[in-house]
Amino acid sequence: MTVLYSWLIAPFADFDFMRRGLVGAVALALSGAPVGVFLMLRRMSLTGDAMAHAVLPGAAIGFMLYGLSLPAMTIGGLVAGCAVALLAGAVARATSLREDASLASFYLLSLALGVTIVSIRGSNIDLLHVLFGSVLALDDATLLLLGGVATVTLMTLSVLYRPLVMECVDPGFLRSVSRLGAPTHLAFLSLLVLNLVAGFHALGTLLAIGMMILPAATARFWIEDVTGMIVLSVVVALIAGWAGLVLSFHFGLPAGPSIILAAGALHVVSLVVGPAGGLLHGLLPRPHLEA
Amino acid sequence: MSADQAASAVVVLPVQAAPADGPVAVRFDNVTLGYDRHPAVHHLDGALAGGSLTAVVGPNGAGKSTLLKSIAGLIKPLGGRIRLGQPRERVAYLPQLSDLDRSFPIGVYDLVAMGLWHRVGVFGRIGRREAGRIEDAIAAVGLTGFERRPIGKLSGGQLQRALFARLLVQDAALIVLDEPFNALDAKTTADLLDLVHRWHREERTVIAALHDLATVEQTFPETLLIAREPVAWGRTASVLTPENLLSARRMIEASDPHARACDRAA
Repeated sequence: MTVLYSWLIAPFADFDFMRRGLVGAVALALSGAPVGVFLMLRRMSLTGDAMAHAVLPGAAIGFMLYGLSLPAMTIGGLVAGCAVALLAGAVARATSLREDASLASFYLLSLALGVTIVSIRGSNIDLLHVLFGSVLALDDATLLLLGGVATVTLMTLSVLYRPLVMECVDPGFLRSVSRLGAPTHLAFLSLLVLNLVAGFHALGTLLAIGMMILPAATARFWIEDVTGMIVLSVVVALIAGWAGLVLSFHFGLPAGPSIILAAGALHVVSLVVGPAGGLLHGLLPRPHLEA
Repeated sequence: MSADQAASAVVVLPVQAAPADGPVAVRFDNVTLGYDRHPAVHHLDGALAGGSLTAVVGPNGAGKSTLLKSIAGLIKPLGGRIRLGQPRERVAYLPQLSDLDRSFPIGVYDLVAMGLWHRVGVFGRIGRREAGRIEDAIAAVGLTGFERRPIGKLSGGQLQRALFARLLVQDAALIVLDEPFNALDAKTTADLLDLVHRWHREERTVIAALHDLATVEQTFPETLLIAREPVAWGRTASVLTPENLLSARRMIEASDPHARACDRAA
């Protein structure tokens, strides 16, 4: 018992920065994972990745002007994320480039631009902070931001749930019965940007999207129903957040990457043993049913 | 009379369903529909009587789907007016190629429940009465026991049954079906045709684009034969004559990619 306690609970009981990290991870799990489920089901996983990178130059300009300031970097990230989301859609419609290719070009540009801006003004430490976050150095303001984003996300999702699901399953049907299709899509993109900016403070631009996609992709291997998938993805994200922090504490690993690695481990296990389309499930010879 | 004369004759003569004494479900006033100014349906006049059961017949590219989309309100006319005899919420539309994402993890029950949109909207509760309607609809299409089955694991016929169940739940006054029996076997087609008959008995207006003329002759009292221009519209037996069908085919063959602006009197 005491061994379990000292391994799994004591770090959070004894150290304030671990508790803060856990609160941040819980907030991210509650809001990011449901957004990630819809991102995956809309086949927008790569879009999310591209937008996560797109947040970087905006945050970097905020950093250049005001240093490591929470409001400046948040606003910069929000503006840049929204701009790239709209631009990529416009470029895909106006030119012959497919949306995935135009997104990839945008995010490579954004990443290079962001790293350059941060390097001009700051040190390598700052760069690491921006790229990989600082989940163990969350101050009150950042925690409030994470909690606020989680609240807004969950409330918006609960309002938009039906039209969002219908827009994913049968957009033509939604169009034939309601005009909510386009506003729903835009609201969802806004939620995505909002969560990326929140995740950016804890996990950095490179890993923020991981807390969304990995739990969602993990849940996909266990459940074939969207509601259950959302619940399970949140559970997976919570476990990954807690396990990542524990691992980072005991083995001196960087916290953000540990959280993503924990989520990745859960994902790989599910990919192998998951009953809904996992590898073993397809390989095991099982007698077919009578009907 | 040669087919050429027949084809030119329809351009001059207004083709129109016999106006019924009673409520009108859809009225077309000189309606032209199309894409990029090219008409897909040219100068259509006429009306669908309330409670009528009409087949839309014509060659590929005749404008059948375009016409049905316009009734469903998904495209706007290039010219003329379409007037509905019932509010837009009372119109249900089943497209030919739906953009349904079959990999989405959702079950038959939830798919059918979408038909309740106009009743429950974004927030309304699906109470016992609504749940009963969903279950009845699933039973009516013969999918009882499949409520929890993900839509990705349904056969083509089962999916079409589920979509018909959604139409049942929509409880529409005007039901628009675009080639609903494509690629279905005889049993499924017969079962779904029974539902069409049931709607007809319930005095709902049904309009369906179809290719199988035998089905049309057996089932649909009214027919609109269309080949970009309306060719004939009225009682099925008087519309599906060999002359009319031949002129419909010739009219589609005569399409012109470099057409000039149409100056026919509005």
